[in-house]
Amino acid sequence: MDLTPIALTLKLACITTVILLLIGLPLAYWLSKGRSIIKLILEAIITMPLVLPPSVLGFYLLMAFSPQHGVGRWLHEHLNLQLVFSFQGLVLASVIYSMPFMIGPIKSALQQLPASLAQASYTLGKTERQTFIKVLLPNIRASVLTAAILTFAHTLGEFGVVLMIGGNIPGVTRVSSIAIYDSTENMDYTSTNNYSLVLFGITFILVISVFVFNKYKAKSPLE
Amino acid sequence: MISVDIEKKLKAYSGRQVLKIAAQFPTGSITKIYGPSGSGKTTFLKIIGGLVNPEKGKITVDDTVWLDTDSKTSLSPQKRKTGFVFQNYALFPNMTVQRHLEYATEDQQWIARLFAVGKLESFAKHKPEYLSGGQQQRLAILRAMAIKPKLLLMDEPFSALDPEMRLGLIADLKAIWKEQGTTVLIVSHNPMELDGLTERELYISNP
Repeated sequence: MDLTPIALTLKLACITTVILLLIGLPLAYWLSKGRSIIKLILEAIITMPLVLPPSVLGFYLLMAFSPQHGVGRWLHEHLNLQLVFSFQGLVLASVIYSMPFMIGPIKSALQQLPASLAQASYTLGKTERQTFIKVLLPNIRASVLTAAILTFAHTLGEFGVVLMIGGNIPGVTRVSSIAIYDSTENMDYTSTNNYSLVLFGITFILVISVFVFNKYKAKSPLE
Repeated sequence: MISVDIEKKLKAYSGRQVLKIAAQFPTGSITKIYGPSGSGKTTFLKIIGGLVNPEKGKITVDDTVWLDTDSKTSLSPQKRKTGFVFQNYALFPNMTVQRHLEYATEDQQWIARLFAVGKLESFAKHKPEYLSGGQQQRLAILRAMAIKPKLLLMDEPFSALDPEMRLGLIADLKAIWKEQGTTVLIVSHNPMELDGLTERELYISNP
């Protein structure tokens, strides 16, 4: 069995999770504070990948980053960066596609904390950043871990969006889900079974670890 | 001298009501604030602490303007740095008793004195979930006092303490407040609870 698709999938999931942690924490914090029309629109956009067919998202990304058009052409001409049919493109698509899995649990956890926790910290002279790092973040640790694991697991299973923007280039964009589709189409059921078993095992371990970790930390395992 | 003159719309079961308060508190004084439930006592404290903004009003502390809605001035809670004891304690679940005080101040001698006042020395390594209601309430008071505030705002600060503990704690607190010239505003449902502690009072009626 060629392990390259599995390695590529794990690499993609790791990079996506790290990027989304860096973007997701401040964004979820900002979204959790009050409501405005801009926040509402942004939240709707972030949530869209949950309900939008992955192929639709993949199609728009393909159009947007094609080297023949707009943003894609600009990136290609000025930064020599080609996102379509490249690993970087997969990362971008995964970040967009998995964003609701990172933002949702963190934002919800922050909103469930009593407002008086942050207020108490402010009255002690602490800034918003100090309060976030020392008070809020440690108290939503379980939700951050859940969000990171869900993001990782979701990225492992991406198919439509990565196929649209990345295609099926061995060693570059051929992730496990595409390898499974490919080997099934070629009636190589042994390879299909091997890839499926590995993905099933990794996903099961990830999900069970969320349940075990959150057993005593949250009211519901996926909170 | 702290001078407060504010107007704040309150959401109430019977519709919107307006909380209007004009009062002055001499430096170093201890004032009891009482009144029926829903009259806006907690909101009043939060307005002074900068945690809630009124629609209209002015707050001055000595010569410093903390709030003036006409000139759109409002100091942040960080700059007002009032000690605030929350009714629900608002303790940080991730921090031990010791860490709570160290988060507020680096002065280890002061922390040691606060521990003695609150009789929490043996619980230094405990997190709030392992403290009784009374211990949590004492920690909330100590944390607010850790920053040596010039103005201390306390919302039902003694409600979970037994009479013996309350009297002992109040005596110690009173000595510290006198020593530091702290101005104290205490909201209480039970007027008897603060007998002998406060020399001034402010009644807030239902708006």
